Amino acid sequence: MAEPLLAITGIGKRFRGLQAVDNVSFAVPAGGIVGLIGPNGAGKTTTFNLIAGVYRPDTGRIRLDGRDITGFRPDQACRAGVGRTFQLVRPFGALSVLENVMIGAFHHDRSPATARQRAVEILERLDLAEKARAEAHSLTLPERKRLEVARALATGPRILLLDEVMAGLRPTEIDGMVRTFTDLSRETGLAILLTEHVMRAVMALSHHIVVLHHGQKICEGTPETVARDPQVIECYLGAGAAA
Amino acid sequence: MRRRQVFGLPVRVAVALALFVVVMLALPGFVGNYLLSVLVVFLFAAAIGQAWNIMMGFAGQLSLGHALYLGLGAYLSGALFQHFGVLPWVGMLAGVIVSGLAGGIIGVLSFRFGVTGVYFALITIAFNEFTRILFDHLDWFGGSAGLFLPVAHVTHNDILHLRGSPAMFYYLLLALCLASLGLSRALLRRRTGFYWLAIREDQEAAQALGINIFRYKLAAIVLSAMLTSIAGTLMAFYDNNLYPDTVFTTARSVEIIIGPFVGGLGTLFGPILGAFVLTGLGEAMTSVSAAIGVAGVKQWLYGAVLLLIIVAQPSGLWPWLRARLGLEEG
Repeated sequence: MAEPLLAITGIGKRFRGLQAVDNVSFAVPAGGIVGLIGPNGAGKTTTFNLIAGVYRPDTGRIRLDGRDITGFRPDQACRAGVGRTFQLVRPFGALSVLENVMIGAFHHDRSPATARQRAVEILERLDLAEKARAEAHSLTLPERKRLEVARALATGPRILLLDEVMAGLRPTEIDGMVRTFTDLSRETGLAILLTEHVMRAVMALSHHIVVLHHGQKICEGTPETVARDPQVIECYLGAGAAA
Repeated sequence: MRRRQVFGLPVRVAVALALFVVVMLALPGFVGNYLLSVLVVFLFAAAIGQAWNIMMGFAGQLSLGHALYLGLGAYLSGALFQHFGVLPWVGMLAGVIVSGLAGGIIGVLSFRFGVTGVYFALITIAFNEFTRILFDHLDWFGGSAGLFLPVAHVTHNDILHLRGSPAMFYYLLLALCLASLGLSRALLRRRTGFYWLAIREDQEAAQALGINIFRYKLAAIVLSAMLTSIAGTLMAFYDNNLYPDTVFTTARSVEIIIGPFVGGLGTLFGPILGAFVLTGLGEAMTSVSAAIGVAGVKQWLYGAVLLLIIVAQPSGLWPWLRARLGLEEG
């Protein structure tokens, strides 16, 4: 079997006395959509930060497309093909929406004209074209979330890490986002790793789900398998989900 | 949505800029010696403010020690001229190189070890201060007694040796300001400028988009230091005397940053407008306080007006004026 696009083996990260991520392994195949779920404090965001280069793992390796990217800086991880969004959105507030996305697009081409064109295309895909000239700080939360995705997409990642991009959105907006990501993945072969508390989105999007609890992987499998797993129901989904 | 453009500028902006340049070129012909000397002070402040603005206004790195680069440019070219008769322009180049290196060292020390914000600003003050103390004890640079350039009796303007009338310095400074304006604009429109703004807005988000923040912050400090140093050389040959306590003083470093703040941080024309307003204000307050006849009233009035401007227009006078004039910064 060919090596998966993203292969994570035995990564761990300790903060002082807290083992935030403990010997976690999983993989994301090319074009695959994998959900990373678990209760608050389970280590999802830390796992993201390890992959995106914000922290260096204490143990384990991270490989992207056969290349070892363990311990890369965030900008190096981005260059290697990891695009990420932040859970708390971080737009460049004083710049326009278009400029925000252009900054991501410059990753490919130093020409402003090319970056602008690429940014416009991505804004159209994410329904932000009308807001292109608005200053980023004037956007509503759902728009900011989409901007966060647009900016990451503009860097042309092999894999996109989505950190709770659905949080705070209305159900119709969530459905819209799910459709956007499904289309993206299908049309461009982009792989996606997402953490999300909105189960409706996770179940609709993910081909495969990994469940973390107290920094450890307690279960993984198809959405159906995971939803029936007694341990997952107990620690995360709650009794109601089994009914 | 392409509007009509002249030399890549919207028509209104091009006209306003041309008007500004023409007025500035003509001014020395209409003003007396006193006003000309005030205008020279204004242009010094504008040029240095523009250099500082690249670092703070664009890349978001606060330097409170810019007198360091000004002083290095002034002292190196001044001392080389006095001791060896080295042409000021060669001395200027030496100053630019040494200032760039000094900025580079401060940048590497700070940015490599993740020193940011207030702590970075403190480091810039520290380098400024210990360089002042160092120059107090370097005899080759005149020590604390000062370095004096021979004042030639000016019969004609000698640009090669930077010996000439205030009008000559006025035009040299005007050229420096316009060159800085063009350079700033060109940089802001390129990838480098976009990356600087991204770093200013959110360093971590910038890094996640693949920007090597170390490299771009370093570029900003080195370029800013070099431009400041050029103004330093002109200052040395205009003033003809240099004392560590006035050249490298932190008070000067603070003075440098007020102009861009008042004019509009991170804007292209803000540092020039800010320098103009502050220089004019300083002179006006001198007259007012002389009329009142109370010592120290000048500083008090200066501070009060400054406060009013900042309260009324926190993002600077230029964004406000620009909107009034119907100009967009292109």
